[in-house]
Amino acid sequence: MSKDLSVPPEIPKEDSRPKWDNKFQYILSCIGFAVGLGNLWRFPYLCQIHGGGVGSWMVSVLVSLYYNTVLTWVMWYFINSFQEPLPWSACPLNENRTGFNEECYRSTAVNYFWYRKTLNITPNVTESGTLQWWLILCLAACWAIVYLCTIRGIETTGKAIYVTAIFPYLVLTIFLIHGLTLPGATDGLAYLFTPNLNTLKNPRVWLDAATQIFFSLSLAFGGLIAFSSYNSPKNDCEKDAVTVAIVNSMTSLYASIPVFSVLGFKATTGYWDCLDRNIISIINEFDLPEESIMRENYTAWISFLNSSHPEKIAGLKLKSCDLQEFLDQSVSGTGLVFIIFTQAIILMPGSRAWAILFFIMLFCLGLSSMFGNIEGVFTPLLELRIISKTIRKELLSGIICLICFIIALCFTLGSGSYWIDIFDSYAGTVPLLVIAFFEVIGVAYVYKIKRFSKDVKWMTGRKPNLYWQITWRFISPLLLLIVFLAFVALQIQKPSSYAAWNPKYEGFPMKEEKVYPPWVLAICVLLAVLPCVFVPLVALFNLIKQMCRSKDTSFIQPEVFSCQEANCNFCHPKESIPIVSVCKKK
Amino acid sequence: MLSFASQMHRMLSKYGLVSKQLWEIMQISNILLCNVTDRVSFWFVVTDSSENVTTVPGSEVEAAIRMNRNRINSAFLLSDKTLQFLKITPTLSPPVEPSTPVWLIVFGVVLCLILAGIVFLVVAGIRQRKKKNKESTERENLEEKCEVTITVENGIPCEALDLKAGHINGVFAADNERFTSL
Repeated sequence: MSKDLSVPPEIPKEDSRPKWDNKFQYILSCIGFAVGLGNLWRFPYLCQIHGGGVGSWMVSVLVSLYYNTVLTWVMWYFINSFQEPLPWSACPLNENRTGFNEECYRSTAVNYFWYRKTLNITPNVTESGTLQWWLILCLAACWAIVYLCTIRGIETTGKAIYVTAIFPYLVLTIFLIHGLTLPGATDGLAYLFTPNLNTLKNPRVWLDAATQIFFSLSLAFGGLIAFSSYNSPKNDCEKDAVTVAIVNSMTSLYASIPVFSVLGFKATTGYWDCLDRNIISIINEFDLPEESIMRENYTAWISFLNSSHPEKIAGLKLKSCDLQEFLDQSVSGTGLVFIIFTQAIILMPGSRAWAILFFIMLFCLGLSSMFGNIEGVFTPLLELRIISKTIRKELLSGIICLICFIIALCFTLGSGSYWIDIFDSYAGTVPLLVIAFFEVIGVAYVYKIKRFSKDVKWMTGRKPNLYWQITWRFISPLLLLIVFLAFVALQIQKPSSYAAWNPKYEGFPMKEEKVYPPWVLAICVLLAVLPCVFVPLVALFNLIKQMCRSKDTSFIQPEVFSCQEANCNFCHPKESIPIVSVCKKK
Repeated sequence: MLSFASQMHRMLSKYGLVSKQLWEIMQISNILLCNVTDRVSFWFVVTDSSENVTTVPGSEVEAAIRMNRNRINSAFLLSDKTLQFLKITPTLSPPVEPSTPVWLIVFGVVLCLILAGIVFLVVAGIRQRKKKNKESTERENLEEKCEVTITVENGIPCEALDLKAGHINGVFAADNERFTSL
């Protein structure tokens, strides 16, 4: 590296803080962390329907636990995609081989593979069921991959991120091109982009949009702060923040297009199947020759037959086929990926290849977000020197991964997916809003915007303009408060319920609506409150510490920002550059 | 229709599925078709004597058809989906399952790759640490020996560098020969 010899270069100390190899690695990591599974399965769902330190460390831990279980499911589907034909394409036979397995027959093969063969789900959350050994194997593999990639902190994740952040975009593009060639894709896209002005009047729409963009950016996890802390202090963080936010939003939009093309294709195929079944029953009943009724003249035939033989038509009990109805079957989350998309993939020619590509992409998306979560757990432990320095990084990351693996075993039980929904709804939502709110308030009003603007000017070379001043001071805290209150209000309004998969239910294959028992509700509240409660607790603790110190007047107080977050890197800006002279003189 | 009757006759008589005493008397004419429609569907009965009076019980015919379903299908070049016997649900063949499930094999491959990666990284880390330790102890020993202060630039002791003469870098020196002189 050529350096101007007049400026003393820094000689890194032994075991010094790692650094990103280049700026691109850092940006990719932030994008990878922000762009996760939610961009793929939550944003398109919302389109279709309507149109915080110890606190954030805790949230990172809780989220890491269940997020990797979702990756376990993705891995399970991935290793099953190598089978020809795909195992979720056909129902297994029953005992005497005269028909299909009853649970599978009444629902669909795809549903059966997901609920029975993968999750082996219990009928309600109180029945824990047994540990599913195949899921345990996949969980072990997933944590091993996470360990492999985070073994030395950002030195290894920085290399892995090149693959895990870029590959999903490649696959999305391939799916985009293929999806647009499928029949019915245009119907799906028209459905996506046609605004329904009535739904915009519903406040729930705006709340969903606000929460989606907030959680999508993966704020308040501490992961972004952890990543950024590995940058050099003079870094244009304003440009980085805008870049990551824009790329995240663009990715959500970009991902919706192939998702909706495929959904349109699936709806069209379902509609055609419905028509074909009706046509067969009509032909059999009226003994008409083959191919007399086609999909195109179906409606004409139906009206003719209805007028001439209404009782016969009524006796057939034909199902009404409506394309809109098929398009309206919207699902988000695990349902979209593991049920709807897998069903669509079976219908495509070359389904094995598509399935493999799709699940690798999902795995990469989830893995890059896991890096952020693990960094959010890992870095504070190193920074705060809670763990002694003699423990090597490899050992520490190994211990963290092992502990998380053991705790996450409870998600491989029969009732595991119900618990993941609970964690997702309570640990991954409310605490983040609270922590982010306190972060903004802390920086804007405790640390004071003037000091913060000076820090930013020192780092980027220019003072943050009026837009940032207004948003930091007023708009962000206000919006966060509104979103938080609306969220809580909506939660209180309806009793917390969940949809259980119960084969013995009369309405099967519809899911059974059940209410959470009190002990589960207590856990939900604990998950939501525990990370939040640390914010005022730590603030109180620091306040008491400062008051004790101020009694001792000989102690010179440095400019300390009362750190409410565990990994606050704005604490001592002036002390962070190690300047060591070139020639070591004895 | 005639071909169907002949096929049924052949199957029922040749494959010994009807009781032995009827076997000899069975003829093609014993298979009667009725209710034939345009859509190629019909009823048929099998009679058990030349007088065409009594019929072979339906259960026996059903059993015979059930056992020979695939032969009948292949005779007509049809399948279970295109040739339907009402009230006789076809016995479905189970899907082909390999001895070890495919997913276990793929899982084994993936796991081996991961473990290889982890072992490689851990060993590389240990080796790097040993090298660094060795280097730092060597430098400490060197510094301890020298009484005179040693100035270090970029990790190389200043005395080792001949700052006036400089080093000739072979790569760049060769440039003189590569470019044609003006």
